[in-house]
Amino acid sequence: MNIGDYKNVWVFIETAHGTVKNVGLELINQGKILAEANQEKVIAVVIGKNNDTAVKSAIEYGADEVICVEGDEYQDFSTDGYTNVMVKLCEKYLPSVILVGATNNGRDLASRVAIRLQTGLTADCTDLGINDNGLITWTRPAFGGNIMATILCADRKPQMGTIRPGVFKKAQPDATRTAEVIKEEIKTPAESIRTKIIDIIKAVEDSGVKLEEAEVIVSGGRGLEKPENFALLRELADVFGGAVGASRAAVDAGWISPLQQVGQTGKTVGPKIYIACGISGAVQHLVGISSSETIIAINKDADAPIFDVADYGVVGDLFEVVPALIEEIKKLKAC
Amino acid sequence: MDILVCVKQVPDTSEIKMDPVTNTLIRAGVPSIVNPFDKNALEAAVQLKEAHGGTVTVISMGPEQAKAALKECISVGADKAVLISDRMFGGSDTFATSYILATAIKKLGKFDLILCGKQAIDGDTAQVGPAIAEHLGMAQMTYAAKIQVDGNKIVINRETDEGYEVMEGTLPVVCTVVKSINVPRFATIKSKMASNKARIDVLTAGDLSDIDPTKIGLKGSPTRVKKTFVPPRRKSGIQIKEETGKDSALKLVEKLVESKLI
Repeated sequence: MNIGDYKNVWVFIETAHGTVKNVGLELINQGKILAEANQEKVIAVVIGKNNDTAVKSAIEYGADEVICVEGDEYQDFSTDGYTNVMVKLCEKYLPSVILVGATNNGRDLASRVAIRLQTGLTADCTDLGINDNGLITWTRPAFGGNIMATILCADRKPQMGTIRPGVFKKAQPDATRTAEVIKEEIKTPAESIRTKIIDIIKAVEDSGVKLEEAEVIVSGGRGLEKPENFALLRELADVFGGAVGASRAAVDAGWISPLQQVGQTGKTVGPKIYIACGISGAVQHLVGISSSETIIAINKDADAPIFDVADYGVVGDLFEVVPALIEEIKKLKAC
Repeated sequence: MDILVCVKQVPDTSEIKMDPVTNTLIRAGVPSIVNPFDKNALEAAVQLKEAHGGTVTVISMGPEQAKAALKECISVGADKAVLISDRMFGGSDTFATSYILATAIKKLGKFDLILCGKQAIDGDTAQVGPAIAEHLGMAQMTYAAKIQVDGNKIVINRETDEGYEVMEGTLPVVCTVVKSINVPRFATIKSKMASNKARIDVLTAGDLSDIDPTKIGLKGSPTRVKKTFVPPRRKSGIQIKEETGKDSALKLVEKLVESKLI
């Protein structure tokens, strides 16, 4: 087949225990822009045991078409099962582009699929565009976020990339939208799925608000001085119904779970409000928060680099500022 | 059990500075280190060897100077180190790199477990581990925060967005590890001196007779860097510095209300 036979932008819709992860919905919105530039469609791919909710979300958030593969063997994500499905679908439908969220599962899956399809994959993108030849321009941070690189996959198809959660915004859902749903029957024999999930250990902080989904994130760094002080940030986050994050320094000190780390080697976030408390703002941290709509920084050190990117920079002792902030916002909310 | 660990020598990206005039990376003086996540992978391998017996082999693809990284690995418990090095490998993307590493691993023999760090801190792709697994047709278990081996059974705690999955598999597998899995040991003066004298074998493209020359180096790489640039920085906004922390907090709330953020 020719490279010209490959058409359409696919978005892998990741689900976890029946719920749809935001990143897939964000990518439908951006995928649509890329697809339309080439007069193509954005097609959501949903794999799972019962996909009704995910299929419905994909349509509401803008998918032109949905490919749905269901089976008991796909209840949990497995590299072997999901790779088999993706590769078989690609061989049948020849997509031009595949977008996958840069989550742990997404990066696990995409790496494997790309090799099996003998094509190129660009990891952890923070921007996607299209060039004069209709190719995707994959832009991603490198060298710890110090530079950005724009990458092309010019001679192979599909062009594949993983994209960080939060860098693109979801569309407004439209419950009246309709789209064609193609059901494909693809089986993976049990013996071909070589790994098995035997237990789940929940470790998200108590409130249950996930960093990737939170509208407000309150993060702490070395300036918190000790692990107990995260309770103060928890309190501020609760006022907003938000989540608590941390810089690498705080995670390395063992003050908080590595699952809460924001930055180049942690999670990328794009909340409405990001409040950095006692975080100096190393470039590795900044690359993880640059999609935030508003950044508030609270730090004693007026020269901290976090102030160079903060929309609101409070120079002061966080142990004075944060409690007063909690009190004031509570008062406002009570009105 | 025989364990192979893939390591990469990387610039210490936390030490990289930008030249404010030319807006380019200042590479001079930036120390080369063993990728931190790979150190965790090596530590996990050495601990497994201590518990179950066997050998730990480390490999790295890179220029001659990457031998220093491999010697460091020997100083903290690796038994054997092999450098995969050839000018023909230069410019390889993750596809070509993983193909070269997988071809070298086949040449080196059979391993029960192949360990990698979850990603390298210069490229941050997290692709090479899973890609090696696919080239070798092996199962993969990524983002391990704990590894337990019992006979040919392997159980890991796999990091997810919500917590951990306990995942079971059967050796041989390729497994990538996260930082929280362990605290890598330091070399002793004695082990460091011994590692300086260690012999590092080198495999070149010529030694890998099965290698397909169309799949290596820049030419064999499906992806190509088109351009690099300095990320546009956000601009700073309002600075607030009142007499007391409380006053600053009040001022901040006032500003946030003005902007309808709260």
